[in-house]
Amino acid sequence: MSTEVMTREASGQEIDQMDHNVRAVMDGGHGTTQLVTVKVGPQLFGIPVLDIEDIIGPQNVTFIPRSSPVIQGALNLRGRIVTAIDMRRRLGLPELTEEKNRMNVVVERNGDLYSLVVDEVGEVLTLEDHAREAHPPTMRSSVRDVSTGIHRLDGHLMVVLDVGKILEF
Amino acid sequence: MDELLGEFLMETAESLGEVDVELVNLEQNPNDHDLLASIFRIVHTIKGTCGFIGLARLETLAHAGENVLGKFRDRELEVTPEAITVVLASIDRIKMILAHIEETESEPEGEDTDLIAQLNQIAEGRMPSGVASPAGETEPAEEMSEAEMEMAAAMEAEPEPEPEPEPEPVAEAGTGEIGTRPGEVSLDELDRIFQEADGPEAAAAAEADTAPQSEPEPEAPSQLPAAPAQVPATTNKAPVPAEDEKRSKETAISNQTIRVNVELLENLMTMVSELVLTRNQLLQLSRSEELDIERFTVPLQRLSQVTTELQEGVMKTRMQPIGNAWSKLPRIIRDLSIELGKKIELQMYGADTELDRQILELIKDPLTHMVRNSADHGLEMPDARRAAGKSETGHVVLNAYHEGGHIIVEISDDGAGIDPARIKEKAIQKGLTTESEAAQMSDQQILQFIFKAGFSTAEQVTAVSGRGVGMDVVRTNIEKIGGTIDLKATVGKGSSFKIKIPLTLAIVSALIVETAGERYAIPQLSVLELVRTGEGSEHKIEEIQGTPIMRLRERLLPLISLRSHLDLEGGDMEDIESFVVVTQVGPYQFGILVDRVFDTEEIVVKPVAPILRELTVFSGNTILGDGAVIMILDPNGIAAETGEILVPQDKFKDEEAQRVDTDDITSLLLFRSGEGGPKAVPLSLVARIEMIDLTKVETSEGRPLIQYRGELMPLVPCVGARDLEREGGRPALVFTEGRRSMGMVVDEILDIVEESINIGMEASAPGMMGSSIINGEATDVIDAGFYLTKAFGDWFRTQNLPAPDQNGRKSRKKLLLVDDSAFFRNLMTPFLSSAGYQVTAVDSAAAAMELHDQGRDFDAIVTDIEMPNMDGFELARRITTNSRWKKTPIVALTSRTNASDIEKGHEVGFYDYIEKLDRDSLLERLPEMTS
Repeated sequence: MSTEVMTREASGQEIDQMDHNVRAVMDGGHGTTQLVTVKVGPQLFGIPVLDIEDIIGPQNVTFIPRSSPVIQGALNLRGRIVTAIDMRRRLGLPELTEEKNRMNVVVERNGDLYSLVVDEVGEVLTLEDHAREAHPPTMRSSVRDVSTGIHRLDGHLMVVLDVGKILEF
Repeated sequence: MDELLGEFLMETAESLGEVDVELVNLEQNPNDHDLLASIFRIVHTIKGTCGFIGLARLETLAHAGENVLGKFRDRELEVTPEAITVVLASIDRIKMILAHIEETESEPEGEDTDLIAQLNQIAEGRMPSGVASPAGETEPAEEMSEAEMEMAAAMEAEPEPEPEPEPEPVAEAGTGEIGTRPGEVSLDELDRIFQEADGPEAAAAAEADTAPQSEPEPEAPSQLPAAPAQVPATTNKAPVPAEDEKRSKETAISNQTIRVNVELLENLMTMVSELVLTRNQLLQLSRSEELDIERFTVPLQRLSQVTTELQEGVMKTRMQPIGNAWSKLPRIIRDLSIELGKKIELQMYGADTELDRQILELIKDPLTHMVRNSADHGLEMPDARRAAGKSETGHVVLNAYHEGGHIIVEISDDGAGIDPARIKEKAIQKGLTTESEAAQMSDQQILQFIFKAGFSTAEQVTAVSGRGVGMDVVRTNIEKIGGTIDLKATVGKGSSFKIKIPLTLAIVSALIVETAGERYAIPQLSVLELVRTGEGSEHKIEEIQGTPIMRLRERLLPLISLRSHLDLEGGDMEDIESFVVVTQVGPYQFGILVDRVFDTEEIVVKPVAPILRELTVFSGNTILGDGAVIMILDPNGIAAETGEILVPQDKFKDEEAQRVDTDDITSLLLFRSGEGGPKAVPLSLVARIEMIDLTKVETSEGRPLIQYRGELMPLVPCVGARDLEREGGRPALVFTEGRRSMGMVVDEILDIVEESINIGMEASAPGMMGSSIINGEATDVIDAGFYLTKAFGDWFRTQNLPAPDQNGRKSRKKLLLVDDSAFFRNLMTPFLSSAGYQVTAVDSAAAAMELHDQGRDFDAIVTDIEMPNMDGFELARRITTNSRWKKTPIVALTSRTNASDIEKGHEVGFYDYIEKLDRDSLLERLPEMTS
């Protein structure tokens, strides 16, 4: 029980934080996209803010037998059932070795809710669309197939995820 | 009141209200085409519906009104206030008639010639000015008899208070039976009104001063002035007491019901479902938390109660009588009977049984389809029925009723029933099964084929049915809503389908179970019972060739381990698989092995995400009271995935089914050997039972032998038996072939029983034929032939029999063995092979003929006589009359050895006729035949 309470607080904070950020960058103007940065393994990814319904902390997840290994299970988000996708597995990255509270980035697709389970949630960035570059040809296809391009940030690259493609498997 | 009529009244009352308003608007905006079209449509609909439900008087009147409106709409007529007045008067008359219908469910007597005449005149364009003047009005009026005219006038002028009485004083006495009720005007008063309300004048006045605008005169009845001008004023709106009464009557039905958008109801239902879940969650919290929630107890209980009531209430709003789904059927049956030239009577019982409208929608088409089927496939033509000693009129009976939280719908007919033989033939022809498989099936199982895709039994495809897209769809649809369908048919007597469906889909009761530490829900609908197994329980899980089974009341219940079915591991290993959830899916029963069973809980079924849809083992998921998401198991899906291990329950119940596998009851010797349950061997194969002194057992070339009656007899252990000790005594079953004997050492002789061998599960280990229920226990049946070969090996072949050639195996004679019984094939094949023949065994005459067609040749054919579809006689006839095998000798091997059969056998060309178990004779005769 106590974990759940904590979870709720955490998620509330997260959302507040996000809302704040979103508001702060709302004036970004045309030709820009707001992205929430998340970390899966060592890689930084960006998920379009408009695709995101909610960001919540660790949840009790019900295992779904015989489902694809990519599906972590199902969880309850305020009375709605959310299917959780393990992003490490989805992107073909190595399994998490140490214990870690992973975050749920909840997205909606055709009326159904899915959670993209990521290692960390970062900040909201507003980025110029024309600054988005094509994938380097050397990029692994498991990542390239679910992204729309990359952004060069200070010191590192961020891969922009295509939520629709992530859910096609 | 009749459902249809009630609905009609309600709808019409609504529409008429609209028309009233719209007509008045029209008068002000005569050129509003949309308005006209709308009015026309409404009146047209009323006319159409009246015709449909047989309200002739209304129909005629509405038709006349529609005519006029049609001309308005087509701009053939100008919209004049006068015309509108007449139309309004007709509307009023319609309302009057409707009020009467609502009260008595029949139209009032009388006619509306006056109004119709006026309407027709308007339609013909003759009336616009005529209506306005009383003189013009008298014309049609004069055409009527005085009584009629008076009545008509009264009706027109005073349509509302009491439809019935008007004709009464002057016209037919029969209509006057309706007495005066409190608050109604008395007949005397009415009489007076009639006297004063002069038809033509009333009409004229009404037209001059349109009806709706006239003010009611409270004391009108008693103070009716003689002045005609005032008459319409009073009569149009009726005396006060009567008006109140009339109002309440007119709106009795229309006020009781409102129309609500279905979507709104669906949303409400969803919200209530969520509320129920939240309530459950709260209740669970209140039980489990140690918080001080004393103070919450009472409001929580109240909340719980209100929620329950709310849930029930909202559920009720979705309930509709099943008769709604049947309303089209009488018409369909009527059309069918004409089309097919059959006499059909449709009987419907329990039409007021209510069920959720969502389910109603889903079963509407299947029901219609099945009724069509019954009428088309089921019922015979009248002369065929007469010939069968039945009444010419066939009956299709629909019956619906509640039974333990479910709705049962039965569709039965007294037609020809369903002939399993025909179904079987068809199934084989359509490639749905093979002849050998079909031969093993009970009639009940064979009937199930009609639910298979691509199956249609109608000899001829008619426009009605027989396109093979029928019962499989019906079954799928019914199973989709968690229902089941069952079929019973008796040839010549008729057939009966029984559909069991849940009351509602939105909230279902489910059993919560746990396996490997995970909880799952199983819909209560498919759960028959719960059985505890394991320590201290009378029910034990047994294994037959690795498949877990359980004996439950003389039946073998196949078990499915949820743990292994879902590839689960872990959890509490102590109580592992200690409960069996006995589940029924269609004709199949099986047990689902789970670790723990919790409670039943009301759950709201939510569909799984599309990316999980291919997991057929789950029908959905839900959120439990404690907030956890759990998966809902779909027994249909589980059964479909494990289909091959399932045996229909009837196999164990149905006596006929038991006769499928073996022709007769066999004497069986039951014994125990090694691990596992009892074992059995046909007694006829056992020559003797001897006690063997184990100290006297000798060994030769690693084989145990014992001296027995002056010869060395090989000893073989039964499958699964432990090694032979060297001391003490053990019983041995002695099998004798020719001069040779073999002893099978067992642990204990149990019993000799008369049972039919009914191999429920095929054997995987050599030496076993399979398992069967004998004396209520799962018993392995031993394949004696296997042990014979094992005991005698090659030297059996070389020494014992005049193996035809000295050149070795290549010249072995080829035998074709035809027998539908797996038991005898398994027994004879090794036996004959060990005797030096190359044996090809097939399970049916048809399969034998297939080999013929493939160009295979044999030296001799050994066939059973009694076989399904094509028996031994027929096979012999075919072979000897016109085939390549004409010269091949055929031996009949049968348990049927009476003189006439033997004679018949020789007629059709059997070389010999040998009793089934008399294998010595067979071995004697074979060499001479094949040489």
